[in-house]
Amino acid sequence: MSTDFLEFRGVSKRFGAVQAVDGVSLGIKKGEFYSLLGPSGCGKTTMLRLAAGFETPDAGRVFLDGRDITELPPDKRKVNTIFQSYALFPHMTVRANIGFGPAIAKRPKKEIRDEVDRMLELIRMTGEAAKKPDQLSGGQRQRVAVARALINKPDVLLLDEPLAALDLKLRQKMLIELDLIHDQIGITFLYVTHDQAEAMSLSDRIAVMDGGRIEQVGTPAEIYEAPRTSFVAAFIGDTNFLEGRVEACPDREYCRLAIAGMPPVLCFNDKSLQPGQPISLSIRPEKVHISHERPEEKPQRNILPAVVEDVIYLGSTTKFWVRADGYRIQVLRQHARYFLDEKPLRWKEDCWIWWHADDGFMLDRFRRSDEGLLAVPPQRVGD
Amino acid sequence: MRRSRFPVVVTALVMAFFYLPIFILVANSFNPARFSSRWQGFSLVWYRRLFESPEIWAALKNTLLIAVSVTAVSVVLGTAAAYALHRYGQSRLQRVHYTLIYQPLVVPEILMGISLLMAFVAAGVPLGLFTVFLAHVTFCVSFVAMTVLGRLQDFDFSIVEAARDLGASPWQSARKVLIPALMPGIVAGALLAFTLSIDDFVITFFVAGPGSTTLPLRIYSMIKYGAPPMINALSTLLLAVTFTAVVASQRLARAKR
Repeated sequence: MSTDFLEFRGVSKRFGAVQAVDGVSLGIKKGEFYSLLGPSGCGKTTMLRLAAGFETPDAGRVFLDGRDITELPPDKRKVNTIFQSYALFPHMTVRANIGFGPAIAKRPKKEIRDEVDRMLELIRMTGEAAKKPDQLSGGQRQRVAVARALINKPDVLLLDEPLAALDLKLRQKMLIELDLIHDQIGITFLYVTHDQAEAMSLSDRIAVMDGGRIEQVGTPAEIYEAPRTSFVAAFIGDTNFLEGRVEACPDREYCRLAIAGMPPVLCFNDKSLQPGQPISLSIRPEKVHISHERPEEKPQRNILPAVVEDVIYLGSTTKFWVRADGYRIQVLRQHARYFLDEKPLRWKEDCWIWWHADDGFMLDRFRRSDEGLLAVPPQRVGD
Repeated sequence: MRRSRFPVVVTALVMAFFYLPIFILVANSFNPARFSSRWQGFSLVWYRRLFESPEIWAALKNTLLIAVSVTAVSVVLGTAAAYALHRYGQSRLQRVHYTLIYQPLVVPEILMGISLLMAFVAAGVPLGLFTVFLAHVTFCVSFVAMTVLGRLQDFDFSIVEAARDLGASPWQSARKVLIPALMPGIVAGALLAFTLSIDDFVITFFVAGPGSTTLPLRIYSMIKYGAPPMINALSTLLLAVTFTAVVASQRLARAKR
């Protein structure tokens, strides 16, 4: 644990009746791009404010580079924040905004001017130095906020939903720019967002939060491919949940599950479960295959007959909602040549779905309410 | 379809009701006639007489002395009060504070005048410039606080946090970020306090002592002992000053909203 650069040790914070952060321990390595991901009110922004020094925890400690910074005021910490609203000083020019930190630190005037010039070049806004924040576009304001924070050479840069106020195209552009900046200067980023796509595309590691607690920590691929709880599975991407009980374990690797109303389902037994134990599965929609024809039987292949209930054409992919033995299952398929060699599946047609036993992932914890996070098409009348 | 003339007529009548007396006063200040209000040609004679009157100059000196000091003190107190009210507005203490600050805006002036007079007498403070100054501060603070509070309502406090984050101490972040950002509200409040102090009559009437006669009091006594048209000239000048100040304060309050 000594390699952690920014570390939260058992921190808790309560606001009135709300337990915003509940005994969270996290370690962030030097130079890492680390994201806190979760729905609004999950405590991720409070974590960031604890790191910045705007809040002090009710319990637990915060360490930076081995030093206890729990009681240190924000101006004494070598961390800088990029606020969701950017929080540029409205009465100052772009140049004065960026130079604020060095000016407070009483650095020589010439040095500040050169530093600001370098920053302006980095964010490609040399021509806008004399403008006031209200004369800038959203993307420009964001870049000024980045420059204003980076000029202080912080140990950790804290980013509080920095892209939330931008429109989609600009968000994608800024995403790439943030990634470039992180690669260039190599400082530690702590990034707070509710947008899973942002977190996935930027982060080295992600901590998924819910209700003031950490649900899971891992690389984007680990979080997506091997979600530990139903919350993580449903919040990041889409998924299908199946609940059942272990029926038999034919060998050490796989077990057969009994799921009410379904033929036995084979599943990779990475939890060393014994027959009789209850278990919930998460199967990602893109792991499920769909076809008119019955696929070839294979030892580790689960095959079910189904009826197409909804088809949503999404351009690069198509989403199917099928009903198999009373379960609604979501399937996502990518097209090869849509018009030429695919005979499209249509509404109400019979079909076959199948998935490999390795693609059903066993969850440690299942919570019924997490199904509410999944996008489900409206139920048809009489359904 | 023809538009109705009714709104135009009503507007004209209302304007006449409000501004005709003022217009007559301004016009008469340029009228050399001593007793009648018949127009006898344009003249600046009353303005010249005004500038030659030592009582007027003494009263003006008192008025400005009080107005400037009252503005300075109530801007500091009022801004601090508004900040406290905004930041800690949920606490019971601040709700009491808000009610207290709000009182001078609704309590009849005559009541404030009498109660202040009784307080000064009870405390044994001799009536004079100092009591007028204290009395003016009591109500000017409220006006400044309310103006600044309005500005704070849509103020993004994350810029103060940003300043702290970038290494500023609490004092530095107040001086370099909070106060400059609130400046339009503070200046608007200051101009309001200044004009209110300059033309306050009722409260000043109760708490003024010998040697602390302000301009409004002087005007009142001039009317009582015959109505020399000098008052018209003086009123016109006062009108010009207060009007300018009010317009400026409104402009600033609106700026950058």
